[in-house]
Amino acid sequence: MDDPLKPLAKTHFDFAAAQHLLNRAGFGGTPAQVRALTELTLEGATALLLDARRDDTPTANEDFRGDILREDTPEEREAIRRARAAGDEDAIAKFQQLRQMRERSDRDQIVAMQKWWLSRMIETPRPLEEKLTLFWHGHFATGYRTIENSFHMLQQNRMLRNSCIGNFETLARSITTDPAMLKYLDNDENRKRSPNENLARELLELFTLGEGNGYNERDIKEGARALTGRTFRGNNYFFDASQYDNASKQLFGRSGNFDGDEFVTMILEHRQCSHFIALKLYRFFVNDAPTVSKEGREAITGLAKELRENHYDLRPVLRTLFGSQHFYAPENRLAVIKSPTQLMVQTIRSLGTPPREMKSLVDAGDLMGQQLFQPPSVKGWDGGRAWINTATLFVRQNIVVYLVTGRRPQGFDWSPSEMAYDSTHLFEHLRDASGSLDSREAVRNIATFALGGSIAPERVAQLDAFLDDLGGTINDDRVKALLCLVGAMPEYQLC
Amino acid sequence: MLHAPFTRRIFLQRGCTLASLAATVPYFIEQSAMGMLGNPLLSSNPGIPDERILVVVQLGGGNDGLNTVIPYGDAEYFRARPSLGLRAPKNPAGTTTALELDADFGLGLHPSLTGFKALYDAGSLSIVQGVGYPNPNRSHFTSMDVWQTGRLDAKGNGWIGRYFDNMCNGTPISEGAIAVGRTAPLAMQGDVQKPISFENPALFRWLGEDLHESMKAPYDAINRSGALPSAGEDTQKSFLMRTALDAQVASTRILAAVAKQSLVNYPQHALARQLRTVGAMIRDGMPTRVYYASMGGFDTHGGQAGSHASLLRQLSESVVAFQADLKEQGNDKRVVTMVFSEFGRRVKQNGSNGTDHGTAAPMFIIGPSVKPGIVGRHPSLNDLDQGDLKYGVDFRSVYTSLLEDWMKAPAEKILRGQFANPHLIAKA
Repeated sequence: MDDPLKPLAKTHFDFAAAQHLLNRAGFGGTPAQVRALTELTLEGATALLLDARRDDTPTANEDFRGDILREDTPEEREAIRRARAAGDEDAIAKFQQLRQMRERSDRDQIVAMQKWWLSRMIETPRPLEEKLTLFWHGHFATGYRTIENSFHMLQQNRMLRNSCIGNFETLARSITTDPAMLKYLDNDENRKRSPNENLARELLELFTLGEGNGYNERDIKEGARALTGRTFRGNNYFFDASQYDNASKQLFGRSGNFDGDEFVTMILEHRQCSHFIALKLYRFFVNDAPTVSKEGREAITGLAKELRENHYDLRPVLRTLFGSQHFYAPENRLAVIKSPTQLMVQTIRSLGTPPREMKSLVDAGDLMGQQLFQPPSVKGWDGGRAWINTATLFVRQNIVVYLVTGRRPQGFDWSPSEMAYDSTHLFEHLRDASGSLDSREAVRNIATFALGGSIAPERVAQLDAFLDDLGGTINDDRVKALLCLVGAMPEYQLC
Repeated sequence: MLHAPFTRRIFLQRGCTLASLAATVPYFIEQSAMGMLGNPLLSSNPGIPDERILVVVQLGGGNDGLNTVIPYGDAEYFRARPSLGLRAPKNPAGTTTALELDADFGLGLHPSLTGFKALYDAGSLSIVQGVGYPNPNRSHFTSMDVWQTGRLDAKGNGWIGRYFDNMCNGTPISEGAIAVGRTAPLAMQGDVQKPISFENPALFRWLGEDLHESMKAPYDAINRSGALPSAGEDTQKSFLMRTALDAQVASTRILAAVAKQSLVNYPQHALARQLRTVGAMIRDGMPTRVYYASMGGFDTHGGQAGSHASLLRQLSESVVAFQADLKEQGNDKRVVTMVFSEFGRRVKQNGSNGTDHGTAAPMFIIGPSVKPGIVGRHPSLNDLDQGDLKYGVDFRSVYTSLLEDWMKAPAEKILRGQFANPHLIAKA
């Protein structure tokens, strides 16, 4: 039996394989970009994706404010206190209104951030970085509605991006000092005399070991004690020593005066942790079918081993994965259901459509079940089949129509967008020396490319019939119509 | 070895039978077939009016309960609300005079709620007073999540979603839960059951067909072909192909339902439009058990009098038209409507002739099948918690009655707790 993580033969890294890699490790690319990736060979292509130099220059529209929800100044607190003491209802009401105005500005800012992150995914030259940041956002899920502080969400987003392809240990440690997470899981209320188990429980259950794997209720209770005192002041992490439980704890069968850092260390020493992270990476990048195949289980075991051998460094593990036979196996092509974000960003980046209106895309993401900075719970997005139902399927099909044609549904009327989309780059390269185009070949080529994998003969026949009815020739308008139809194929939801 | 070909042939035959059924039959028909074997939600025929329906109307922003059901008999009310207080019914009738509900207790309805008053007089309205929960949260988001999850920690999926999960043996009911609105509410999200939601039924379809007349035929061919043989069995691909077929069937059905002229005239309010759509789907005999509609704007921090009067008028007129529609259809007895908001407002009006976020507030349960009347006491205006009303009825008690008495579901299991049942449904 072959090791599923054995490297793919160099000769097998063809155009389709390169496109598969770019879809999974990023959000797809135009035919020209995929061709360029193919020419880099497998090694060069994975290196391009994995070794892109970080660039912390703020992107456009990244001027977010960190002081909208600042705490009241001592002067303000004093003024409120005096107004209360004097029973000055008008003054109290004014303070409340100011507070409410700030909360409204903050809600505006989170919407601006949703647009910003989506455009960043659309524009980035380092797609894997955004893809992994999204992965970790779903893994260490934190929701704005609960914490109601957009800047804390932004700080967390930056933290996740900084470490997204670095080391899982760094991520695990950072998340236990992250103000947004501390607030989301109530650790700001985890005090010596009244411990709150929320963070300790989810740290074990959802972030590192997986439910019921290698820990018990006692480890949660004692772990919570180890995490006491971890809170925040303003926008910064703050260790409140007066609330830290300094007494001895029993963790994983050992006793000692363990603190939060030692708690995390002990978790990471568990084999199960590497396995849990490998499984989540596998389901995100390789295959999200309800049951994992035998080869899949072997691949996960191999990835977990590599994680441990590399002390949780993610880069070498991903390099192995993206270079492996298993990653490119036929059963793993078109085997992951696109997240709503993947669907939109990949459509834009692959077909080269204009991004249209960012607010419409954010709204569509919401309708399809994925609001950035607002995962449904600490479990993150379930993903896979949970993305799909009869209602989300129509939104998914319609958003492709919007991206390709620019016609946005508003009530019953379509309102056209100014931005034109030129689809000719998808078929111009198919012209022969005399400049003529075999339309059947073009249809097959465009549909296969848009799907990002092989197309069923029935589908080709359906598209051919459509084009034949219109006279058989291909032009920009007809390509757009074809793309709308391909975007409406059930298999377009896969990548 | 001798038997191998035979076994293989049997396997192939059975496999093909199953595959062909799976490939071309929408999920919901297959579920109906399974339902005959004991699925409680599908055991009776959809369309035959014995299945009970729950309609939830959400008032977003925090409706001012004190100016909805008015304790005019309490002098403290007028002290707390010098300019916003509505006058007692004995005053000369006018736009600021409450409609009398109970003279003994000095309770009245906001003058905009003439339709609710008529429903009350007709025995089709139950008012549950002072509904709330312990340690109330005054954030719109969090409190709404508390109500929608039915959990004080506001976490997890929705209470209606859990109702479906509990009743459907791990198989979602296609078209079981429909929300008319921009987004599907958390209340309807289950682990298994997911709601259908659309702001406008005309958008619950593929819009690409509007581009050119040539688009419809190939689209239908693609989306109604079911699972192609090459997709394999129970793969992500075959799952998607079958859901696509389901979506086509549901879309056709819903569009056909709402295309019919309704039996009564609805006013032009946004809520009325939603309820007209709900009414049309009920009339068409859809298998939907829970519908969800909503209106916003109740966050009346300033200059409340006019806006609140207008909001309540919209609510009243919309619900009354809906009830009339159901009655005309002959479906009124199998539909109960529940109206709620995420919180009430503070007792004292604020400095801008408005009210700020508060706590307990009344709920309305509507329909000829309810046990009419006033349930629970009006919360005291003298015994406050930091200026806020103390709740008397836990909202999960209301859910308990609706789940147990109306939907015949195990409320304790769904709500993960036992709550006193106020029995809001009339005995059949």
